[in-house]
Amino acid sequence: MNSFVERYSATSAVGQLRKAQRLTEEEEEFSDAAWGSQAGFGNIMNGPPSFTVPNVRDPAAFLRLHTDDHADPNCRIKIQHGTTTLAFRFQGGVIVAVDSRATAGSYIASGTVKKVIEINPYLLGTMAGGAADCQYWETYLGMHCRLHELRNRERISVSAASKYLSNLVYSYKGMGLSMGTMICGWDKTGPAVFYVDSDGTRLKGDLFSVGSGSTLAYGVLDQGYRWDLTDEEAQELGRRSIYAAGHRDAFSGNTCNLYHIKQDGWTFIGNYDIAKMHYDGPGDVPGAPGGGYGYDVRLAAANSTEVAAA
Amino acid sequence: MPAMVSAAQPVQRSFNPYTENGGTILAIAGADFSVIAGDTRQSEGYSIQTRYAPKVFRLTDKAVLAVNGFAADGNMFVKKVRQRLEWYRHAHAKDMPIRAIARLIQTMLYARRFFPFYVYNILGGIEEDGTGAVYSFDLLIYFKNQTPAPGTAFPKHLPLSTVLPLVIDSFTSATERHIEVGDGLEIYIVLSKGSTALQSLQTIRGIQELTATNDGERVFVIRRELKKD
Repeated sequence: MNSFVERYSATSAVGQLRKAQRLTEEEEEFSDAAWGSQAGFGNIMNGPPSFTVPNVRDPAAFLRLHTDDHADPNCRIKIQHGTTTLAFRFQGGVIVAVDSRATAGSYIASGTVKKVIEINPYLLGTMAGGAADCQYWETYLGMHCRLHELRNRERISVSAASKYLSNLVYSYKGMGLSMGTMICGWDKTGPAVFYVDSDGTRLKGDLFSVGSGSTLAYGVLDQGYRWDLTDEEAQELGRRSIYAAGHRDAFSGNTCNLYHIKQDGWTFIGNYDIAKMHYDGPGDVPGAPGGGYGYDVRLAAANSTEVAAA
Repeated sequence: MPAMVSAAQPVQRSFNPYTENGGTILAIAGADFSVIAGDTRQSEGYSIQTRYAPKVFRLTDKAVLAVNGFAADGNMFVKKVRQRLEWYRHAHAKDMPIRAIARLIQTMLYARRFFPFYVYNILGGIEEDGTGAVYSFDLLIYFKNQTPAPGTAFPKHLPLSTVLPLVIDSFTSATERHIEVGDGLEIYIVLSKGSTALQSLQTIRGIQELTATNDGERVFVIRRELKKD
């Protein structure tokens, strides 16, 4: 019954995609605008983007059959997964920290991924789940935030931006989108962090971590988090949490990218090698205690027990 | 008895428009050049369909695209990218910069979110500021590979004279041990305006220039035989 309704309903995701497809087929494949400077991604005057859908009874099942799934690791198309991202609100703004590893199954596809998406100078989005879905829809969100600014002569609130994204992905529910993201920024209500995922969940909060390494990051984050953290302490906490996840989660690692959002927009604080943080620490940066996060600490502990035993 | 039971099982048929045609592509960006290479064998399973099916394509004098995966999707995709680039040329009277091509490819791939092209792309070339660049794509999006730290150029320890033998050696050794790699090798080289690597290219056997404009960037191709067994 459910699939029957799905197939003939005009309002389901599949139905809407089919409708969009029919509409674009009725026109020529490309409008005259494609010849001029309006061509490309930036042209949203034609309405929301339309997608090619395979002409089979159940497109979602087709996609499920061919894309990455825990049930079938042998399928051809592997979508990149595995991540640690975190963001938290505190007295001095918002800290956003992510790792930079992209994995497809057990293969490390890239170690230099930018998982923080710079939506505009006041808004950041993080990337967990399908890299493509996050990158594409958050870029698309960025265009709509700009349109909001032009139409209303004021910047979009973090709440509105996140709700826009949440409604957007909800309209594709069941079609296999995969994203877990935090929309972070500073608006007239102050610093704000929203968690949005492809199930349609949207949560406001002070502290979030998303991805396969999130539990490890939460461990460090929760024990060090206070509202009245100084800027330096907060940045160090973000770095240290991503290090912990990168160290223990096989699907996270390589480097840590750190951002700080204040009243006048976000700033990129730095890129830190996680292996280097283990042995030598993040280098000479404000907030860092000096020395490695892992190696020296363990060595010191081992030595002290030897002394105690002697 | 179990054999009979399994024979009676219903068989589910499904729409499977994808195959894997093998091969390898790679790209390396230097300070003022970019190298994009691929072998020319096209295979399906254990049989070789052809010994010369290019996987690397010159798009403009600044950008070269390599495609790998399902050959039919790959050829169609390159065709569509080239069509968009031609439209851009007609509208703006210049070639699209590589940064924009990367974004174009991203949106073209994502437009097939629910019916993906089974193609892995690597785009190599020269940015507008004259530095070498490599963008790699999964089925749906792109990652820019390693931007140099602000104020510094790309790895200086990797001059073109080091990179070329490295690429050739990589493919010869892949050919030895991988059944899908072999037959021929095509190496595209994109040099930025006034690149010093130019002299080292002159001595190379059988090098061919493909430059079409006078913008200053220059494209070359080197073809080599690989083992055919």
